[in-house]
Amino acid sequence: MTLTLTLRTAPTVPLEADVLSPDRLSGVSALEAAKLTVVHGNQRADLGEFFQVGGAADGELHLTGDLAQVKQIGTGMARGRIVVHGSVGMHLGAGMTGGEIVVEGDAGDWVGPEMSGGRIVVKGNAGHMLGSARRGSQIGVRGGEIVVFGNAGNEVGNGMRRGLIAIGGDAGDFAGVNMLAGTIVVLGRLAWRAGAGMRRGSIISMHPAELLPTFSYACDYAPEFLRVCLRHVRGLGLTIADSHVNGRYQRWCGDGIELNRGEVLILDSAGTASRS
Amino acid sequence: MGSPLRIVNGRVYDPANGVNGAVQDVCVRDGKIVADVPPDAKRIDAAGMVVMPGGIDIHCHIAGPKVNLARKVQPETHQDDVQLRTRLTRSGTGGTVPSTFATGYRYATLGYTTAMEAAVTPLGARHTLEEFHDTPVLDKGFFVLVGNNLLLYRLLQEGRREELRHALAWWLKVTKAYAPKLVNPGGDEMWKGQRNANITSLDDKIGSFDLTPRRVIAAFIEAGNELGLPHPVHIHCNNLGHSGNVETTLETMRLAEGRRAHIAHIQFHSYGAAAGKSQSNPTSRARDIIEYINTHPNISADVGAVMFGPATIMTGDAPLAYMLRRFGGNKWVNADTENESGCGIVPFRYQDRVYTNALQWAIGLELLLLSEDPWRMVFSTDHPNGGSFMSYPRLIRLLMDRGYRKEQMAHVNQKALDRSALRDCQEREYSLSEIAIITRAGPARLLGLTDKGHLGVGADADVTIYEEDEDKEKMFSAPRYVIKDGELIIEDHELRADHQGRLLHVAPDYDPQIEQVIEPFFEDFYTIRFANYPVDDRYVPNGQIIPTTPSVAAAPATAGTRT
Repeated sequence: MTLTLTLRTAPTVPLEADVLSPDRLSGVSALEAAKLTVVHGNQRADLGEFFQVGGAADGELHLTGDLAQVKQIGTGMARGRIVVHGSVGMHLGAGMTGGEIVVEGDAGDWVGPEMSGGRIVVKGNAGHMLGSARRGSQIGVRGGEIVVFGNAGNEVGNGMRRGLIAIGGDAGDFAGVNMLAGTIVVLGRLAWRAGAGMRRGSIISMHPAELLPTFSYACDYAPEFLRVCLRHVRGLGLTIADSHVNGRYQRWCGDGIELNRGEVLILDSAGTASRS
Repeated sequence: MGSPLRIVNGRVYDPANGVNGAVQDVCVRDGKIVADVPPDAKRIDAAGMVVMPGGIDIHCHIAGPKVNLARKVQPETHQDDVQLRTRLTRSGTGGTVPSTFATGYRYATLGYTTAMEAAVTPLGARHTLEEFHDTPVLDKGFFVLVGNNLLLYRLLQEGRREELRHALAWWLKVTKAYAPKLVNPGGDEMWKGQRNANITSLDDKIGSFDLTPRRVIAAFIEAGNELGLPHPVHIHCNNLGHSGNVETTLETMRLAEGRRAHIAHIQFHSYGAAAGKSQSNPTSRARDIIEYINTHPNISADVGAVMFGPATIMTGDAPLAYMLRRFGGNKWVNADTENESGCGIVPFRYQDRVYTNALQWAIGLELLLLSEDPWRMVFSTDHPNGGSFMSYPRLIRLLMDRGYRKEQMAHVNQKALDRSALRDCQEREYSLSEIAIITRAGPARLLGLTDKGHLGVGADADVTIYEEDEDKEKMFSAPRYVIKDGELIIEDHELRADHQGRLLHVAPDYDPQIEQVIEPFFEDFYTIRFANYPVDDRYVPNGQIIPTTPSVAAAPATAGTRT
């Protein structure tokens, strides 16, 4: 039997609920869970003031309702599973090291900041700073996977060092900014300045993109790793056409103002990008 | 001020009064140490504990515009070190550059009750005082940067030494400063004028001025001594961090010619140059520095020790920060303060495997272990430059525990140890009395704070009580009791009261005619009007003027009435 929490009182200001994590709730009864502390604005409150709690914790947590004002769900989680039937607020799965979070609706800004393991699946759209480094920090996601079925905002994978971010829709400006390594797959469109300041790593897009002048065209090819990668993404539920798996990609090297060892791969049959 | 208090059964270390571990009572009333208190006064049983005056940091960077820039440039260090608000204390963040409230509380929890912010531009005085207002517990003061000041350069160039002294007094008084500070004299001025320019020797010409650092330093040492300042001049020498800078440091000390001068963070100024092809590598010349200081009682220094781990380079020495930016490898800040100074900030990490860092660590220890007069070679890390003040307990353990020191030496870059004399001073261990000198009594004496750093009758009742422990790091990390101005701030290792410390500053007399010289310069070159420049008393709600003892009169007799 899983622990189920249903939002009954919508918070009027953001609710910081880092207790909503399988690790923190392990072995906790519904009654005990309702007594745990959350922070509502600048006031401390009981979880039970906002949520109807039922069931018992067995490593799986089901949250229901519009949780767009609920922040920090799954902070630092290492195992177990959270399923959200609805939308969630900022800082979902911050610094998580393992386990899985599935959001049926949309997610706010800062999904999985500096996570190092586990998986976050967002069935709707995600906000800005998806899988990003915290402000001031050089290193972002160190491992794990983030899958967004819809669109994502600006600065996807800021400072990312390892792991996979896959986006079914479009990505906002500065996707993969300051990336150190890792992989970002965008099935929709890349907006401006993808890969700005990237040192290593791969950004893959299925549509033509306007790249920075510090990216240079290298070749057309069908990288083997991409076939493996895209099949894996398909397995995660995103729609990957056979033409994606078998297609040829333009390889653009960058960012030239940094190491120039990163790459943006653009599906060739998508039409020529602004190759010069 | 708290109720009368009698501390009994503790072993008292009060080196200024010749008390070396004797078990005796210390009585406190109305914020002062007194001879006796009524028998019904509250008692603290300090059996098995060590009683010392409150710690005094002679050189640290804890408030003002550059400190705030350093906070802003590294937000990532705040998130992992959050200090929550409590019933008594305000919230804040830590890292190597804690927020104002956290700074005050954290110093207090180490047993420190006084700290001197070591580099404030005159224009930054207001900001610094506002931050001081929010830095609890500690008594504070700041050293005002005058070593790259264009008007003072002008007066000096024209040979107007009298007016230079009056102008220096004016600047100290109107900014509410404690002492004049020279930082890489001439270097910032060069740096601002020309690409990659800096001072490399005391005889370099300073930009467009017909001046050399030699003349500037000598003039300020003379003026500071003539004004009879409690701490005449605080000098950050030229060539900080450069291999072979020991010659510049020695030459700077010689310039004092018997007058009082204090050399800041001298570890960073004690480098020789390796022979042959690795001559850009520094070596230790701590012995030469110590030899000079041991034989010249007019010179004092704080060590500026380095501890491995995160730090923030934070300095008025802008060209130095620019040089260090490539070692930081991340973000950096360089800034100009019109007519007055420069500034640089580089987040940094000292690593025990890195040759230069290990050498710096070794030199810091070497200087302290070779020093024959602990009263004149006092403790500092130039917080946060050589490491946070939170690393003081570990450094104290390194000085007091040779077994631990040896163990730590095994972990650092051995080539660096080969180039230092640390292996030759393995025997020495600091005694508790010597620790009391380098962290309390010595800094108080060097700063001219006669009411601090000791537990004699009439002294400020700033007292720290540590539980004796074999592990000195543990012992000095968390005093059992801390008393500030007679009030029990920490009891059983925990903060029990908040306290607003004082601002310590000087107000030397000057000839009011000097304002006729300064004002036109302001109207011509400053972005701020002359009348708006002096800091008024509202910024110092809790100030204490430390008297000066001038050796020359500030003519005429009515001098120095303006505030």
